[in-house]
Amino acid sequence: MTPELGHFALVLALALGLIQSIVPVIGVRRRDDALMRLGDSTALAQFAFVAVSFSALTICYVTSDFSVATVYENSHSMMPLVYKFTSVWGNHEGSMLLWVLILALFGALVALFGNNLPATLKSHVLAVQSWIACAFYLFILLTSNPFARLAPAPFEGRDLNPILQDIGLAIHPPLLYLGYVGLSIAFSFAVAALLEGRIDAAWARWVRPWTLAAWMFLTVGIAMGSYWAYYELGWGGFWFWDPVENASLMPWLAGTALLHSAVVMEKRNALKIWTLLLAIVAFSLSLIGTFLVRSGVLTSVHTFASDPARGVFILAILVFFIGGALSLFAWRAPLLKQGGLFAPISREGALVFNNLFLTTACLTVFVGTLYPLALEAVTGTKISVGAPFFNLTFGPLFVPLLFAMPFGPLLAWKRGDILGVAQRLMAAFGAGLVMITIVAVAEGSVFTLAPFGIGLALFIMMGAMTDIAERIGLLRAPLSVVRQRAAGLPRSTWGTAFAHFGIAVTLLGIVSVSTWATERIVAVKVGQSISLSGFELTFDGLVQRSGANYRELGGKFTVRQGSVAVATMEPTKRSFASRETTTTEAALMTRGFSQLYLSLGDVNSDGSVAVRLYYKPMVLLIWIGSIVMMLGGALSLSDRRLRVGAPKPAAKPAVQPAE
Amino acid sequence: MTRKQRRLALIGTSLAVLAVAAALVLSALRESIVFFNSPTDVAEKLSAPGTRMRIGGLVKPGSLQRGDNLLVRFAVTDGKNDIAVLYQGIVPDLFREGQGVIAEGKLDAGGVFAADTVLAKHDERYMPREVVDALKKSGHWQEGEEKSTGSAAK
Repeated sequence: MTPELGHFALVLALALGLIQSIVPVIGVRRRDDALMRLGDSTALAQFAFVAVSFSALTICYVTSDFSVATVYENSHSMMPLVYKFTSVWGNHEGSMLLWVLILALFGALVALFGNNLPATLKSHVLAVQSWIACAFYLFILLTSNPFARLAPAPFEGRDLNPILQDIGLAIHPPLLYLGYVGLSIAFSFAVAALLEGRIDAAWARWVRPWTLAAWMFLTVGIAMGSYWAYYELGWGGFWFWDPVENASLMPWLAGTALLHSAVVMEKRNALKIWTLLLAIVAFSLSLIGTFLVRSGVLTSVHTFASDPARGVFILAILVFFIGGALSLFAWRAPLLKQGGLFAPISREGALVFNNLFLTTACLTVFVGTLYPLALEAVTGTKISVGAPFFNLTFGPLFVPLLFAMPFGPLLAWKRGDILGVAQRLMAAFGAGLVMITIVAVAEGSVFTLAPFGIGLALFIMMGAMTDIAERIGLLRAPLSVVRQRAAGLPRSTWGTAFAHFGIAVTLLGIVSVSTWATERIVAVKVGQSISLSGFELTFDGLVQRSGANYRELGGKFTVRQGSVAVATMEPTKRSFASRETTTTEAALMTRGFSQLYLSLGDVNSDGSVAVRLYYKPMVLLIWIGSIVMMLGGALSLSDRRLRVGAPKPAAKPAVQPAE
Repeated sequence: MTRKQRRLALIGTSLAVLAVAAALVLSALRESIVFFNSPTDVAEKLSAPGTRMRIGGLVKPGSLQRGDNLLVRFAVTDGKNDIAVLYQGIVPDLFREGQGVIAEGKLDAGGVFAADTVLAKHDERYMPREVVDALKKSGHWQEGEEKSTGSAAK
């Protein structure tokens, strides 16, 4: 009964979606308030029905109802409860249901919090949002029904892919989807603006919070996926330039560019058409990402399924929305009023620089990800484009961007003074140079990644702090004044500083791990020791255990520093009988921001065990940086200027001096 | 600067950055892409030793040998031809005889493939697509062998 209820709720959501796709648009044409307002109720109802559908599927999983095909395929009665929940989206059908749930959630949020939007814009946004939702409802109902029944019902499920039975991967997809799908709001706003043929600075103010929220989730989602790959795949890599990872990186890059160009639009009423295009592109890249992952056109370290029929359907959605939006853009954009041009040396100039490099870097990732597919389709030649390609293209394009980052926030709007800014950044620059020298001497070489990377990271951190220090008059004004100014500083300024600081923290982690990580891959017998980077690990023996739905082989190791035992580590291998699958659970020992990483390989016939041992200096900074970035986004989101529904202060601009 | 000059400066800079990016992409494509070959491709094309490539197929049953220092020898087969592969390190969890595998490395002068990376599938039902195609080409693939129901969140 429950699955049928869920299925029916989804069909009802589709019906509501179709109404919402058409009626508000007619309302706008006829200037009929009642019709336009209908979109609000349908958006809320749509969310309610998708939520019912999603809950129904969740109930099927939690109660292990193996008469439902997806539950049979992806669950097991012995599985711990938490994974029964997470396996709801640990498969294609369920994850698409999660996708539409989040899509409907965002639609409902616009309906709830969009009261300060002009009625026509709101109607259009909700209608466009509903077009996307309908396409995905149809996709689920026609090609990937999560509620399909099996008769007769099997007694036991086939278990969730063991590699997904992990809490990191459990929360990674929802976060990523919140990011992907959040960008749909920016897309809907852009298409709505094109439909209306009108766009102004206020548009940017409405779009920015949604983009910011999506960006925050995307940032943490990507970081979460990276951390999961790091500890679960057993070889300690944090980023593989895998097509699936690139699929999430591209929307992030475009979304980051959008955040910055929307600032220019809001403050200076310029870059309007560009911002619109970016909003379309950012969500298009999310759709492309979904297509790449869901259609099975890729071979990647972690894509699992392939089904051509689904691929074709998603491709059709892709072509319809991206092609449609871009055609609309080509047709309507020339009608929009152009924004002003501005001096190259200015805040807006710096933001254009940011956009130029971010989009170009995004383009190289796009080429590297899709070129193998295009080549294979055209010539049949199979190639793989891996890390070397991206290091040679993405890297060089990101360096100027990172270097320019501290300058941007310090430059004034309209006409900036680059020399003045350079002077104020002197301390940061000096610190960077000193750092380069220290690292270069320690390394014995200047022309390597480490000195420049770490110098650059320090420069960005100091630059972010300089910005704040300058604004609050640190070291110049008395402390009470400083405190007052710090409290009065717009939250978005703090947000910028945090986000930029976070990037530098991540950079520091990446450079440090890429340069100084050490590894040993050896076979050890009981009693033997391995030494690495000042640690000595002694193999004490193997232990067998059984878990809820697996058997586990663990290796016991004692870690010594000098001659003092500091910790024990126990990496394991888990065998899941239901899928004849093994996973590697690495053991991690954290010291400060660095980690000792130990994973188990095969047990050899002579009783020795193969192990991988890595020392990863400062590795945690990679992910901590992303959390700092997210905090920056949160601070910026809490800025009263952006608070959704905040009344526009009357005649305020006269009082506020231009920054 | 006049309006016109500003616009020119903007367009000029954009084009310059794009040109640099294009140059980077083209040179990187020439240097860093890796071609995928099936054992039959390798046998027929007589690929030059020393070129980096990927090979894929099934781990030939009975060919797996483990030596000292984590040395692993196995043969990759597509049913028609085999390639001997030498790898030092830890093979993935799901590396097994008779299962699909992709190896990346170089062919040495003696025709042995020295792999530095070995990838296996991630799921007992999933087969790397390249491997499927290679097996189809050599006629050692039965339709329906791969069940396409399995999937993952990522």
